[in-house]
Amino acid sequence: MADSQRAVTGATIELDDLTKRYPGSRQPAVDSVNMEIAAGETVILVGPSGCGKSTTLRMINRLIEPSSGRIRIDGEDVTDIDPVRLRRRIGYAIQSSGLFPHMTVAENIAQVPKMTGWPKARIKERVEEMLDLVGLDPREFHARYPRQLSGGQQQRVGVARALAADPPVLLMDEPFGAVDPITRDHLQDELIRLQHELHKTIVFVTHDFDEAIKLGDRIAVLREQSHIAQFDTPEAILTNPSDDFVSGFVGAGAALKRLNLTRVRDVGIEDVPTVTMDDPLQEIFNKLRERGGNELLLLDRQRRPYKWLRRGDLMRAKGSLARAGTLVSHHVTRDATLRDALEAVLTDSAGRVPVTGRRGEYVGVVDMETLLNSVHELLEADRMAALEHRHDLEESRAHQTQEQLESGFAGGDQP
Amino acid sequence: MTGGPEKHERLAERQDPGGEPAEQPIVSMLPSTPGRKVSTKKLVFTPIVIALALVGTYLWITNIPLDSIERNSLSGGAVRQALWQQIKLVVYSTFFVLVIAIPLGIALTRRPLRKAAPVATAIANLGQSIPSIGLLALLTFWLGIGPGTALVGMVAYAVLPVLSNTMVGLRAIDPSLVDAARGIGMSGWGVLRKVELPLAVPLILAGVRNALVLNVGTGTLAGFVSGGGLGTIITNGIVTQRTRVLIVGSVLAVALALLVDWLASLAELQMTPHGLEAG
Ligand SMILES: Nc1ncnc2c1ncn2[C@@H]1O[C@H](COP(=O)(O)OP(=O)(O)O)[C@@H](O)[C@H]1O
Ligand SMILES: [Mg+2]
Repeated sequence: MADSQRAVTGATIELDDLTKRYPGSRQPAVDSVNMEIAAGETVILVGPSGCGKSTTLRMINRLIEPSSGRIRIDGEDVTDIDPVRLRRRIGYAIQSSGLFPHMTVAENIAQVPKMTGWPKARIKERVEEMLDLVGLDPREFHARYPRQLSGGQQQRVGVARALAADPPVLLMDEPFGAVDPITRDHLQDELIRLQHELHKTIVFVTHDFDEAIKLGDRIAVLREQSHIAQFDTPEAILTNPSDDFVSGFVGAGAALKRLNLTRVRDVGIEDVPTVTMDDPLQEIFNKLRERGGNELLLLDRQRRPYKWLRRGDLMRAKGSLARAGTLVSHHVTRDATLRDALEAVLTDSAGRVPVTGRRGEYVGVVDMETLLNSVHELLEADRMAALEHRHDLEESRAHQTQEQLESGFAGGDQP
Repeated sequence: MTGGPEKHERLAERQDPGGEPAEQPIVSMLPSTPGRKVSTKKLVFTPIVIALALVGTYLWITNIPLDSIERNSLSGGAVRQALWQQIKLVVYSTFFVLVIAIPLGIALTRRPLRKAAPVATAIANLGQSIPSIGLLALLTFWLGIGPGTALVGMVAYAVLPVLSNTMVGLRAIDPSLVDAARGIGMSGWGVLRKVELPLAVPLILAGVRNALVLNVGTGTLAGFVSGGGLGTIITNGIVTQRTRVLIVGSVLAVALALLVDWLASLAELQMTPHGLEAG
């Protein structure tokens, strides 16, 4: 099952000098966009309002007919094929969910498979499968009408409908723009999970740069008329914005945003001496004395961080473990982002917090110093990667021209 | 709470569907609102009221002595014929109204014809702002007298509510729904059939209901142009100065109007797509 899904991965998308001139306006709304999107990639179009993101996106499924330029999907030029047939091969989800209010959830999801002539039984099965996929209980939701759903649920159904006929490409125009921040966060996580299973080619429009960072494999930062200011990985854009426009759009705190892209488990974690509640008091005394000045972390019986113990703490508490030391007030899991870790470290009075595993058990400690070192290393690595990436690009481009030249000559040799 | 007063006006207007239809103040382009909640009370009481009125009138008229003119005018055959003609007039005119107004309303909301919409509604408005009796009189100069003339007049008079409601209903649809429908791969025809029309149904039906009631009213005027119908009985009553004849004709006309409105509200209830009911 998972394998068959994996086999149906996304398709490549190429935009070639794609241009849109609306009648009655002098300047094109989208001016000569060139873009290559790999199969299975999530590309985010991000930019200020009115810069032509939606127009660009809607030219891909030809809801807006390009004034000039070509669109190729999986190598096939689709600029002139029947747009209705084209759209049935491309999923489409929009901000307002666009669910048909007079159809049930199941009917909404079934629309595209029905139009493409799937047999009834298969459609029914597929609807259940799709509801499952987007995290809605089929039995509970399939007979409901859209107005009986919350905003977030409507968006889920919208995504299910877009994916129902298993299109290789999914276009999304600010799909989470109208839901509250918490729901948006959930929906973003769900989309990441979905994409992990499905490997579609997703083109996603947003004006929210943080959303772009979270979801994108690559981000195209657009300025007016859809001119591409930078088209690169989130890491590269954050650490190496190509110009003032991009850094302006990335906004203040690019380095901080970069911290969102790395998890605690990906960086070095320190180890501190630990003792448990069951250790004999004498041993704890000895350990404290051994480590001049340092602290001990006292773990509870499930090996979860419990208290910080310093020299003298036990003495003052007259040897009672229950009263000695300070309770652990902050801890982070290994899956926390570096940003969360930094937040916790800054909040902690002594500037260090325990890291815990899945069941809350002690794994290590992060403190200010290790965190800063990791961040520096990270940023440095990003910088190197960006440089290397640029170098590779130039090289492959040079290589391509070379090849084209050669094949051109080879072609010339044929009679 | 905007539109409060307007609603009251509408209610007042509704309460008197069988009154002199020529005086009904429906000349504006305002759509008749759907979802005037068809209450159960109305669904149950309307037929009871109609039945009581008809039975009462029948008992009264068969139990009083009638002179020969009255007997002639009210003989079973004459009444039945007038009623039948009236029903036929209403059914035919409504049929033509639907066949003309709904496709026209659809066409006028499609891109190529959108610019022509104001002209078309202006013409339809014109047809309706002339008093119906005047419209019929004018038509006789052109078409002579007879049921055909009456039919043309009724159609001209009732096209407007259906046309305007169809257009308003289609225009009121959230453009993002149409965008989504096209985006997932529906053809233009598919969008119209599967999304636009179903969503416009409540408004279109409200217009049809309005047209039906108008048609019953205008139909009574057919008698003036020898078009037959209940108007014949009423006119007879007036000409021969027989009040009882006049009463019987009027009661039948009112009962028919109420009945038609009741049937239309049943249809509205039945045909409004699920998922659209207020709730
Ligand atoms: N149907 C249209 N007719 C004319 N101009 C349009 C139309 N749609 C969008 N535009 C113009 O094209 C530009 C880009 O719009 P859009 O692609 O919607 O931007 P974005 O999605 O980035 O906010 C804007 O200046 C907008 O005013
Ligand atoms: Mg937009």
